[in-house]
Amino acid sequence: MSLLALQQDFRAWLHLGQAPSDARFSTDARAGLDVYQNNFRGQIVACLDESFAVTRAWLGEEAFQAAIVAHAARVPPGSWSLDHYPDDFPSTLAYLYPADAEVTELATLELALGHAFVAADAVPVVAGDLAGVDWDMARLHLSPSLRITPVTTNAPAIWSAITAETSPPPVTLLPDGGEILVWRSGETPRFRTTDQAEADALRHVGEGMLFGTLCTALVDAGGDDPATVAGRWLAQWISDGLIVEIEGEARCVN
Amino acid sequence: MHIPPFSGFGLGMRKPHYAAFLEGRVDVDFVEVISENFMVDGGQPRRILREVRERYPVALHGVSMSVGSAEPIDPDYLKRLRALVDEIEPLFVSDHLCWTGIGGFNSHDLLPLPYDEETLEVVAANVGRAQDALGRAMLIENPSSYIAFGHSTMTEWEFLDALCERSGCGLLLDVNNIFVSASNHGFDALAYLAGVPAHRVRQVHLAGHSKGEALLIDTHDQPVCASVWDLYAHLIGRLGPVATMIERDDAIPPLDELLDELAIARHLSAQSLREAA
Repeated sequence: MSLLALQQDFRAWLHLGQAPSDARFSTDARAGLDVYQNNFRGQIVACLDESFAVTRAWLGEEAFQAAIVAHAARVPPGSWSLDHYPDDFPSTLAYLYPADAEVTELATLELALGHAFVAADAVPVVAGDLAGVDWDMARLHLSPSLRITPVTTNAPAIWSAITAETSPPPVTLLPDGGEILVWRSGETPRFRTTDQAEADALRHVGEGMLFGTLCTALVDAGGDDPATVAGRWLAQWISDGLIVEIEGEARCVN
Repeated sequence: MHIPPFSGFGLGMRKPHYAAFLEGRVDVDFVEVISENFMVDGGQPRRILREVRERYPVALHGVSMSVGSAEPIDPDYLKRLRALVDEIEPLFVSDHLCWTGIGGFNSHDLLPLPYDEETLEVVAANVGRAQDALGRAMLIENPSSYIAFGHSTMTEWEFLDALCERSGCGLLLDVNNIFVSASNHGFDALAYLAGVPAHRVRQVHLAGHSKGEALLIDTHDQPVCASVWDLYAHLIGRLGPVATMIERDDAIPPLDELLDELAIARHLSAQSLREAA
């Protein structure tokens, strides 16, 4: 038996509970095999427990543990880093709770906050850096920690209540939907909800759209007072620390 | 690739004690951290490690390199570890004689290997690739194990000796792991200590274990037991001065308790060295 075949068999034991042949081992191996399987399962449970404490509180212990079991069967860990294992957990929750969008949205928010915590470092632009910027030609570079995800429920309010150890509000659907911005300020992950228009603007900016082009698009869209809207967004982005570089034709800030 | 010896006493740095290490008020000669906890893009973990590194030599100890997998090591893993090594300039870089996954599956556990020629070729090749990628020699640690393979043709210490010869790596000897495996598989721990290539050992781990129904389990949630202290004293008599540290990963006690354990290590080491002189 090759080393590869032995390891494939051992994998089947850990993931699927298919016991390898006793002929491989020098003594009765069942107790030892159980230790490895318990270690494997324990790692998965601890990882998801730690990553989704709010979702766990919302679902309740029994339902959360059942979700872990379902997830472990559906998605075995693949990455060298256990920190990557939570990435697919929201999709398992979406499968398990198709009618309860807030469950998936809570988990997605927790996951994004975790990613923001260890995202690449970048120094945000401050108001004093803005003198002389040619805004028509300015290209804004966003914080590498920023993630934008759609939301259909009041999951952010539920997250805040559970985190503050107060009673969470009942689930409500957002009439027009919304978006959650998650990023890191200093060493602390933060989030805020916003509307589709600002989230799309940030997505365009993140893809390299010039600020002037964004303003033109707002004018073309025919909304109320596009210059004020663009100015308000820009001020908020800088205040939040979402802009880490302003690249213009003639000069760079940061 | 030569690994310079270092003979101080250290602790594994864990979250509850970060603040004390950041203030530089812990009386240790080095700290060891789990590499993967800091192989992230940025944020607080990397900042803390940089600041601790300003105060102490740091050893990087990995759990996910998987040198025993019958496939090459993940290049993304090596790239991230190299970046951390370049930033921290660690005292040692180590990982375990084990495999953690295969074919896109990762158990996040230190899985056992048969000790035969095929495995030796696989592990030596992977350690060689890792050392080339890192630009430095590594230390390989003996694991605790709970099963043994019928087709093994070498003891673990014979395997480690051959691995060092083929790959040029050094050894991180975990005395508790020797005790646990000796108990689980019925071999003589003193024969193990006599068989390891002493000149390759650069670091020693000391930890505690728990007693399961049928086996000893390497839980790192207990103080070092008396039998492991005896083995450590015996080992130092053979090795001479060597970097020694206490590992605790669960049920982490106040720092003073770990420093008390480290004081025992200092005392036993000094006593063994006097007796061997």
